[in-house]
Amino acid sequence: MSPAFLVLLALGLGLAAWLVARARAWGYKRAEPARRLAALPVYHGWYAALWVVLPVLLFAFAWSLMAPQLIAQSVLASPAAAELPAFGMERTTILSEARAVATGAAPAVFNPVAQELVEPYREAIGRYSAIGLVATLLIAFAGGAWAFLRLKPDFRARTKVERAVMVVLLIASLMAILTTLGIFASLIFETVRFFGMVSPFDFLFGTNWGPDPMGPADSPDGSRYGALPLFWGTIYIGAIIAMIVAIPLGLMSAIYLTQYANPRLRQWLKPALEILAGVPTVVYGYFAALTVAPAIRDIAIAFGIENASSESALAAGLVMGIMIIPFVSSMADDSIAAVPQAMRDGSLAMGATTNETIRRVLVPAALPGIVAGVMLAVSRAIGETMIVVMAAGAAANLSANPLEAMTTVTFQIVAMLTGEGSFDHPATLSAFALGFVLFLVTLALNFIALRVVKRFREAYE
Amino acid sequence: MVTEPLSQRSNAEPKMRARDVSVFYGDKKAIDAVSIDIPSEYVTAFIGPSGCGKSTFLRAFNRMNDTIASARVEGTIELDGEDIYKSGMDVVQLRARVGMVFQKPNPFPKSIYENVAYGPRIHGFAEGKADLDAIVERSLRRAGLWEEVKDRLAESGTALSGGQQQRLCIARAIAVEPEVILMDEPCSALDPIATAKIEELIDELRGRYAIVIVTHSMQQAARVSQRTAFFHLGSLIEFGETSQIFTTPRESRTQDYITGRYG
Ligand SMILES: Nc1ncnc2c1ncn2[C@@H]1O[C@H](COP(=O)(O)OP(=O)(O)O)[C@@H](O)[C@H]1O
Ligand SMILES: [Mg+2]
Repeated sequence: MSPAFLVLLALGLGLAAWLVARARAWGYKRAEPARRLAALPVYHGWYAALWVVLPVLLFAFAWSLMAPQLIAQSVLASPAAAELPAFGMERTTILSEARAVATGAAPAVFNPVAQELVEPYREAIGRYSAIGLVATLLIAFAGGAWAFLRLKPDFRARTKVERAVMVVLLIASLMAILTTLGIFASLIFETVRFFGMVSPFDFLFGTNWGPDPMGPADSPDGSRYGALPLFWGTIYIGAIIAMIVAIPLGLMSAIYLTQYANPRLRQWLKPALEILAGVPTVVYGYFAALTVAPAIRDIAIAFGIENASSESALAAGLVMGIMIIPFVSSMADDSIAAVPQAMRDGSLAMGATTNETIRRVLVPAALPGIVAGVMLAVSRAIGETMIVVMAAGAAANLSANPLEAMTTVTFQIVAMLTGEGSFDHPATLSAFALGFVLFLVTLALNFIALRVVKRFREAYE
Repeated sequence: MVTEPLSQRSNAEPKMRARDVSVFYGDKKAIDAVSIDIPSEYVTAFIGPSGCGKSTFLRAFNRMNDTIASARVEGTIELDGEDIYKSGMDVVQLRARVGMVFQKPNPFPKSIYENVAYGPRIHGFAEGKADLDAIVERSLRRAGLWEEVKDRLAESGTALSGGQQQRLCIARAIAVEPEVILMDEPCSALDPIATAKIEELIDELRGRYAIVIVTHSMQQAARVSQRTAFFHLGSLIEFGETSQIFTTPRESRTQDYITGRYG
């Protein structure tokens, strides 16, 4: 009996409990019309239903994790299992083959040893299904009985149900945060392992990046794990070149949209700009690799720079800048629009032109919001992967020449994780250390940006 | 408050002259064919129930209605005999000559000094820092704010109290040496003490600038103005010496309004 069936069963029983409890509450009411129930009959229903369904859901979840283990154990304990190879691939294959036949997922076995195991499997599955079903029923009835014992005319079922709903909502809202914490914890764990092999000093300040996934895992060459060129590449592409493109263009488009565009044009342009934010980054990657990078190389060669490569920090940064424009412009747009109309009127009434008003009053007043937008955009840009994978190259260069190929933290995370080293090799683990640094930096940027925006909002409340 | 007899000003040229001015928001007429003369030596008050078009009419005098897309003005308004709605009129110059103070104090989120220096800077009035300092000090003195802020000119204008903010806005308007100052209910967001200070200030500024003040408080109109215009439903009902309007109104609607029967 699958967990899905148990859940359906629980829901059915819950419905029954709901109907019965509600009917009983109506009964109280009819018996003593003068007396007021502490809660509406429907809350009696919900209270009983929750007591039936929630414990069963918890059980079904636990059971779905436990049952396969229990079944496998009992199969292994059967006499037929003695013929199994002690361990290794073959043993696993035989077991899964037998299980597939036993559950009807496959018509017949391939390996004769597996045939022997089909029967024990069937038996074990049948036994544990029955146990699961009985346990479910017991739990459901125990929960229901408990609820029915407590349901009295003066029982405040409404507040109890309210509290249960609140807990469910709380769990839902914690889900994303807990997941993030989980990711963070696993990152820390692997990062600590990595720093057990390579010193943090070598990692953070070394200038030579070239991990050797085939080298000895227990005594890695620390001098090959200098991540400085990656940090530099990330900042140069994501925070410098991309921002040189995105800040002026984003700001100017926000100014045009809020101050000059007539409402009809704005109605079209603003969503059009925001659609840019939804283009998959891999598409920008194509554009960078197939159009922009070769164009930049050709121009560079035309200017007499012979060794210009077809992968360059400039190409990746330019396209990333375009990608980031909507982030900057939409934040800038919001913060300029949030500056009270009275500021604008005050300036215009002094005889300032629209342009002077924008430059001297609106933009300075909106500056915190604009800065926050830029910071969010930077954190987005340095986490961006596809464009740099496709257009920036893989060479860890510590150079200020935008025409050179460069690599970034995100690119190297991908490269290290998909490399041929084993999982506990420092070359692979370095991906986690890189991810950890990236995580901290973007977290800090987002945190500061949100603080700034909050302050800014308060200033105009 | 002393009011000079009407005869004394009747032969003087008015500072501003509105003739058959109508203002529309889209198809809706908010002001209907109003004609009025604004003398330079007096304070003129616009009174009337809310929504009758006082602000709309006031904003026609410095063309602030231009900033509202749906607003349209008909008729003529002259400043020293020159039509401010004629084509080729420099609105920027006009607004430097006809300043405005708003209902809610709206200092820029800049320092006190920068707030006052804003106008002189954009109009290029000051030649160098010393000159600008002098303009800022003079304007703040005239607005009666200098003593209170002279030691903290670098602080943000938005950190001042409401009444101080409004006087800062007046100083800011004065700094560009306007000829006319339009005030749209300048005290409606202020407490009685701050209001008294602003009224005192308006009285001091009288004569140096032509002042038009919109107010919903009849006591205020009686205290600060020498001429009063009563508006109702977009029309000018009665215009005359303040003392006459308040004691012997010619129109029954004016009478009803000042005795508090509506509005
Ligand atoms: N920006 C605008 N767009 C459309 N109608 C407006 C606008 N501003 C004011 N009005 C209308 O014009 C009329 C006069 O408003 P207003 O001049 O603000 O009156 P008052 O200042 O006397 O209270 C009102 O009916 C108001 O609804
Ligand atoms: Mg008004």
